[in-house]
Amino acid sequence: MIPELGQFSLILAFCLSVLLGTLPLVGASRNNLLWMDLARPLTAGVFVFLGISISILAYAFATDDFSVQFVTQHSNSLLPTRYKLTAVWGGHEGSFLLWTFMLSCWMLAVSIYSKSMPIDFVVRVLGVLGVLCAAYILFMLATSNPFDRIVPLPPVDGTDLNPALQDFGFIIHPPTLYMGYVGFSVVFAFAIAALLSGRLDAAWARWSRPWANVAWAVLTIGIALGSWWAYYELGWGGWWAWDPVENPPLITWLFGTALIHSLAATEKRGVFKSWTVLLAILAFSGSLLGTFITRSGLLTSVHAFASDPTRGFFILAILGVAVGGSLLLFALRAPLMKSEAGFDLVSREVLLLGNNVLLVVAAASVFLGTLFPMVYQAITDDLISIGPPYFNAIFVPLMILLVLLLGIGPLCRWKKTSISYLTLQLGKVLLSSVALGVLIPLAVLLEFSFAATVSVTLAAWISLSMLKDLANKTANKSSRIKGLKALSLSYYGMQAAHIGAAVMLIGIGLTSAFSYEKSVLLEAGQNIDLGNYNFQFNGSSAVNGPNYVGNEADIEVKKNGQFLENLYPQRRIYLASGTPSTEMAIDAGFLRDLFVTLGEQKESGAWSMTIYVKPFIRWIWLGALFMAFGGIIAAGDKRYRRLRRRQLEKVDNELSSGLQTAG
Amino acid sequence: MKPHRRKRFGIILFIATGLSVAVGLTLYALSQNIDLFFTPTQVAAGEVQVGQRIRIGGMVKEGSIDSAEDSLKVRFAATDYVNDVVINYEGILPDLFREGQGVVVEGSLDSAGLFQASRVLAKHDENYMSVEVKAALDAAGASTENYSTLAEN
Repeated sequence: MIPELGQFSLILAFCLSVLLGTLPLVGASRNNLLWMDLARPLTAGVFVFLGISISILAYAFATDDFSVQFVTQHSNSLLPTRYKLTAVWGGHEGSFLLWTFMLSCWMLAVSIYSKSMPIDFVVRVLGVLGVLCAAYILFMLATSNPFDRIVPLPPVDGTDLNPALQDFGFIIHPPTLYMGYVGFSVVFAFAIAALLSGRLDAAWARWSRPWANVAWAVLTIGIALGSWWAYYELGWGGWWAWDPVENPPLITWLFGTALIHSLAATEKRGVFKSWTVLLAILAFSGSLLGTFITRSGLLTSVHAFASDPTRGFFILAILGVAVGGSLLLFALRAPLMKSEAGFDLVSREVLLLGNNVLLVVAAASVFLGTLFPMVYQAITDDLISIGPPYFNAIFVPLMILLVLLLGIGPLCRWKKTSISYLTLQLGKVLLSSVALGVLIPLAVLLEFSFAATVSVTLAAWISLSMLKDLANKTANKSSRIKGLKALSLSYYGMQAAHIGAAVMLIGIGLTSAFSYEKSVLLEAGQNIDLGNYNFQFNGSSAVNGPNYVGNEADIEVKKNGQFLENLYPQRRIYLASGTPSTEMAIDAGFLRDLFVTLGEQKESGAWSMTIYVKPFIRWIWLGALFMAFGGIIAAGDKRYRRLRRRQLEKVDNELSSGLQTAG
Repeated sequence: MKPHRRKRFGIILFIATGLSVAVGLTLYALSQNIDLFFTPTQVAAGEVQVGQRIRIGGMVKEGSIDSAEDSLKVRFAATDYVNDVVINYEGILPDLFREGQGVVVEGSLDSAGLFQASRVLAKHDENYMSVEVKAALDAAGASTENYSTLAEN
């Protein structure tokens, strides 16, 4: 009975979002306050009923209700409770419910933190989100109901959650990624609301900016978590595989990054308006594309859910209507959007434009590489795959160019800057960056590598130019501390995110240049050298977990002859499914990771294993954290709140005068 | 041409040049990195050139796994239940690599005509069959439903 209640509240949520997607929108276009006022309560209702629905699904998992098909497929009575609860997003149906629930969380947030925006604008935003929400729920009810029962005879036990998913990373990565992904729907809804109302001024950019920053920050964390999880769980020694399902979040992220920069130009200078709107539509399309690719089964990938063509068609239809419709609206309204100001060839506007062009080209090339095999197959009926070399060949040069611009951008002035000013400002910065880039890798790792030199040079270029900018900005104050205090949160946010890029660059460069890995066969007592480290295999023993059995190896690590630690990698067999799984042992460090994955045992008793030494790999994720932190504090800038208050007064005046004329 | 027209023309020319260079380079990079997919039957028919990097999809043939005792070398047959290809690999096989299960290998034929794999991919999920494995079985007239009967023949 309880699962039916879940489905019932899903249907209620659907009805409410249909209302939300229609009445308030009509109300906004007819200036009907009564209908507009429905938007907030309806949003709350959608949130509540989706919340009930997902809680009931979690409850079905927690109580081992194997009459629910989705529970049977993704859980087992032996599964630890934390994985039972999170198995809600362990498969297609439940993860889509999570996705939709996340959308309703964003909608609720918009309805709460928008008290200062004009009501017709908020209502349009919520209405657009309501339409999306209704489409998602309809998709669930029609093709992938998580509450479907197995009747008349439910199985005694479930088939278990995929062992690769039984890990801490699975608890946090999907919700964070979805939260970030879905956040771009909000920015999209702002753009569509602006197009609908024809209010394409700087105020629109100011309202959307905090939302875009937060969505971008959460997506950054979500992608970084995925990379970190894949790194330690899959035991392949890499942190990015250019997998067809990794790519759409990256495409969305690249569009999102372009968007938050272009929003800055739109807000501050009133330029690039139509471009910004287009980017908001593109970022949102990227997120839908991700859903489509994972859920349609069109591409071979580790993430793909079991495929079902009707689902693919349904999502493709949503994608087509949403993207096609918004692009049509964009085309109709674009002539209304005129730049308010001009700018010179050397100005911050042009640098931001350069940033946007590079990011969009990067996104487009990733898109091309991801979808090319599909298109190729449709045309020639031959299967092909595009390997990492393609992506690296395109992506790396683009990002190098982007970082070069990044060093100049913050020092450059809006509207017009002279080249001699920039040379004066950045000449020394450039020279010292190159010097540091050559010296630091040599000093730290005693080796020369071109990749390491390039990445450290670029990282130094970002950091030093930022210091130079800080020095300039605080130079005229009575003391430096006062100067630092006077700078805005959004300025600090920008710098934190840029430092994040520098940190990530160092991580990527040094890991790519100085990693070692070796697959070996070791008998107990044997040892092997790798870099400065020596790994000795002391033997293996049996281990038993709650829902698995397996073996554990004892590996003693020495650095330059000194004892460092023991590592204990495991190889497990999960009981319910009989699936083997490796648990690698990691010694994570600020400057390097050491890790060992266990292969299989030979008849002689020797074990095959792969040993990795990965310098600076943590810096990649650390950099992402800095970026996300920057995005979040920038969204907290008091300028947005202050302007909201001012806006509120203005709107109140407008409304009262509007009512008077109407009366 | 009037000055503002000339300026606009310049901008358009600049964008068009940049765009075509970018598209050209991208397509070049793409064409250099396409891994074609072959079925065991196609490989057996000699359609693959020596040294060409390809992917092969199929099932791991029952009883064909032969791993060396003193090294990480392993040999197995990928089959579409019509023809087999012997795959040579040195390294640790993925967790879900098993007899009678789908596998996709990436690598090339060496000068002796032996297939040397640089990467072996097994499916990630119990219920999931890779597009490439399915294509190989379909091409050979085998499917997940009837391959066991084909295997017995």
